[in-house]
Amino acid sequence: MTVTEIGSARLRKEDQRLITGRTRYTDNMTLPGMLHIACVRSPFAHATITAIDVSEAKASPGVVSVLTGRDLADEQGSLPCAWPITEDQKAPPHPAVAVDHVAFAGEIVAVVVARTAAQARDAVELVDVDYDELPVVLGLEHALTDEVLAHPSLGTNKSATWVFDSAEAGTGTDVDQALAGSDVVVERTYTQQRLIPAFMEPRSTLVDPTGDQIVMWSATQVPHILRLMLAMTLGIPEGKVRVIAPDVGGGFGGKLQVTPEEVVTLLAARRIGKPVKLTETRSESLMAAHHGRAQLQRLKIGATKDGIVTGLSVDLLADMGAYLGLVTPGVPVLGAFMFNSIYKFPAYRFSTTNLFTNKTWTDAYRGAGRPEATFGIERLMDDLAAELGMDPLELREKNWIKHEEFPFTTVAGLEYDTGNYEAATAKALELFGYDELRAEQKQRRDAGDRVQLGIGISTFTEMCGLAPSRVLGSLNYGAGGWEHATVRMLPTGSVEVVTGASAHGQGHETAFSQIVADRLGIPFDNIEVLHGDTASSHKGLDTYGSRSLVVGGMAIVAAADKVIEKAKAVAAHMMEANPDDVEFAAGNFTVKGTDASVNIAETALAVFAAHDLPDGMEPSLDSDATFDPENFNYPHGTHLAAMEVDTETGEVTLRKYVCVDDIGNVVNPLIVEGQIHGGLVQGIAQALFEEAVHDDAGTLVSGSFVDYLVPSAADLPSFITDRTETPATTNALGVKGVGEAGTIASTPAIVNGVIDAVRHLGVEDILMPCSPHRVWTAINNAGKGGLAAKGGGAEAAVPETTSPEQAASGSNSSGSLPTGDVQ
Amino acid sequence: MANTPISVTVDQVTYEDDVEPRTLLVQYLREQLGKTGTLIGCDTTNCGACTVHLDGQSVKSCTMFAVQADGHDVTTIEGLAQDGDLHPMQQAFHEKHALQCGFCTPGMIMQSIALLQENPNPTEQEVREGLEGNLCRCTGYQNIVAAVQAAAGAGSAAGTQSEEGAA
Repeated sequence: MTVTEIGSARLRKEDQRLITGRTRYTDNMTLPGMLHIACVRSPFAHATITAIDVSEAKASPGVVSVLTGRDLADEQGSLPCAWPITEDQKAPPHPAVAVDHVAFAGEIVAVVVARTAAQARDAVELVDVDYDELPVVLGLEHALTDEVLAHPSLGTNKSATWVFDSAEAGTGTDVDQALAGSDVVVERTYTQQRLIPAFMEPRSTLVDPTGDQIVMWSATQVPHILRLMLAMTLGIPEGKVRVIAPDVGGGFGGKLQVTPEEVVTLLAARRIGKPVKLTETRSESLMAAHHGRAQLQRLKIGATKDGIVTGLSVDLLADMGAYLGLVTPGVPVLGAFMFNSIYKFPAYRFSTTNLFTNKTWTDAYRGAGRPEATFGIERLMDDLAAELGMDPLELREKNWIKHEEFPFTTVAGLEYDTGNYEAATAKALELFGYDELRAEQKQRRDAGDRVQLGIGISTFTEMCGLAPSRVLGSLNYGAGGWEHATVRMLPTGSVEVVTGASAHGQGHETAFSQIVADRLGIPFDNIEVLHGDTASSHKGLDTYGSRSLVVGGMAIVAAADKVIEKAKAVAAHMMEANPDDVEFAAGNFTVKGTDASVNIAETALAVFAAHDLPDGMEPSLDSDATFDPENFNYPHGTHLAAMEVDTETGEVTLRKYVCVDDIGNVVNPLIVEGQIHGGLVQGIAQALFEEAVHDDAGTLVSGSFVDYLVPSAADLPSFITDRTETPATTNALGVKGVGEAGTIASTPAIVNGVIDAVRHLGVEDILMPCSPHRVWTAINNAGKGGLAAKGGGAEAAVPETTSPEQAASGSNSSGSLPTGDVQ
Repeated sequence: MANTPISVTVDQVTYEDDVEPRTLLVQYLREQLGKTGTLIGCDTTNCGACTVHLDGQSVKSCTMFAVQADGHDVTTIEGLAQDGDLHPMQQAFHEKHALQCGFCTPGMIMQSIALLQENPNPTEQEVREGLEGNLCRCTGYQNIVAAVQAAAGAGSAAGTQSEEGAA
């Protein structure tokens, strides 16, 4: 019997249904008498609703009901935010359907329920809403002034300010003093543009209210959290709600939410007493599903002239958008622990000011706070290296934690258990051909080639496995961070594993089967993984923050170990041996010094029959376990990008990308590699392609896949990926998270490479995405000498869009905005 | 508006139906025939999740009306496997881990088959360009490209396995 499942490249169990079209995405489901919802959404980013006339819509063919915010005001409650980061955090009420005020374009103002989806959409056009437009606040620095308020009733745009200071925390010294005593201080402002998660499956919710329980199928990452929140916010007894996440087509944090669409579907179904389904269009999804990133990062770093960093100061403005979603305010706070990254900074101060604007609200998007932080520090290390005239890799080496220094308590207060940055970097350099590429770069620079070469470096770490419950408690998060599992032995010897993690593409069924196969000595194919249904998986905290394996997997291990303990007593009884003399390996119980043997399947059958069990033993091997991690785990890696920049057109080409990630022990290398590939592309997309662009009225301009540039296969090369394996010591499997690593690491690698290609021309910063227009503009303005000023902050290129946020951030961060190029 | 009668063969079964003229082919497949294996990922013909074969050619089924399929032969992802045997492209996607959430997969597989029918031995770049109209958010495409090349390398089978209407 195999005992080497962990580490093998098992092909995925979940593929068969997905490659043959036998899928259960929510929108695929139909129930008898099912009705359809279509949403009336505000075209204005900020307005009061003065009147809604639904009479014509109600008379439209097939229409069963039209519901406005006023109709639902008494029962819809307020959508939940589970992470009030400060005691005095301000937040507006967040109704599922706006009652008299809309704060972003795309907010739902009414819903039509009809017999067919087409009839519902037709009738949406007939709902007549009168709006009085209000002034909009869109840019972060504008929001900070409170001149225009996203929610006038709130009296301010400031939701909260959260500060970490290493001097106060006792984890380091005072950053102002450290900077004052530094030989060099580099001050920069970087922009994290607003992104859209853009999962491929548009969100869909189906609610069946006809039974004793209300059953909701939804395209969600968080069925358990959703059920809890529906109960708490709508006053439904928790036991009367069942939530099912069937096949879910990607999430990336974008389906870590309790959405207006879910709430209104439930309310409509309950009112009408029939199953109701709401499936959004892609345009609705891009407009109204939560966005991500959207920060202005004002950074200061000090160093000695030898390149030893003395201190780091981080001052963020973070765009909440119009409301606070499930974990919106906490996203920048997660970054607080990651700006210091892999480095031994002696002094550190972090502050985030969370601001409301009249845009779609933001929330978790792959990495959630950590990509933003990693981008900030890795860009800053490159700029510091340039200031010091030092190789950026040398600067990093001088400051990173050496492998023999682990465990290491960082200036942000986390204890990193293990890591080996030297080993990952050495491997990456070799695969990349670093020295050769540096030589080619010099050659091209010396020759003044039209196409210049840049090398982008990103050495990163992240905190994975959200999260130790005590840590979440200290950050005022509304729940714990444990995960639950059940392992059930069936009489035939096959196994059911129930997990509270909720997969939406990760391959849990395969990876968890591998873990259990090894642990119990049961064949991989005899293991069934159940998930994503609060009826079968009654307890869980779902999937996000690279937690499923490192937290959920550990709960499965613990449950399996309990099964073994129970089975051991049964086996001993069957072999008439003392349990202390019984050993378990590869699915077999043996008695030391004898050839007596009973396998675990036999014990399962014996327990099912229950004819002859040890006295007092309950006839069940099934076991539950809940695992709460003691610490996060800390994947790390070194990513290198060779970027070619055509200095005449501004076109950027990713020529070569090498990454060496250390995620500890690997359960399934095939799945790991897939996660890295996909993660890389989402990070690269931020660097080169994607941005949620709004016009000056607050309308999303990049509102379809025509304009929101999710990259295609033709936009990308293949990547060279490899690993070092430094096992985590914070869990028995020695594993670390991998779902977000690629996204966290790749964005700064790409942008650093682009800047490195043209820095000698005087370019110090280019706003993301680094489109040909922006790159060309940066080169040309630098060539005019307008951007060479030192120490005055980032020299931002002019965005080609009329995004007020970008324009505002550019002008305020550089102090030397090039003129004449704003289109 | 009056419904229009159509006769369409889908996955080897011929259907006689009345459809609204504005009904898209993908809506007809999903809502009227229950062919939910074919998915809708966008509303602008960008994502390719709804790709099917019409008389052996790949088409985005959100981009034509059901009435335009009258008299034609449609193959969806559900009609690929024959007698329980996966199409070589399906097998290649499985073996190369070319899917994660699976939402783009039906369209991606249908487009990949069409790609190999036109170009049985594509280079990596030709595969990438041939799949330009199909978006995937999970895989980063690397394993999709590998799967298409593996299917091509597996011989002419992937590109030429008979499909109803393609012969």
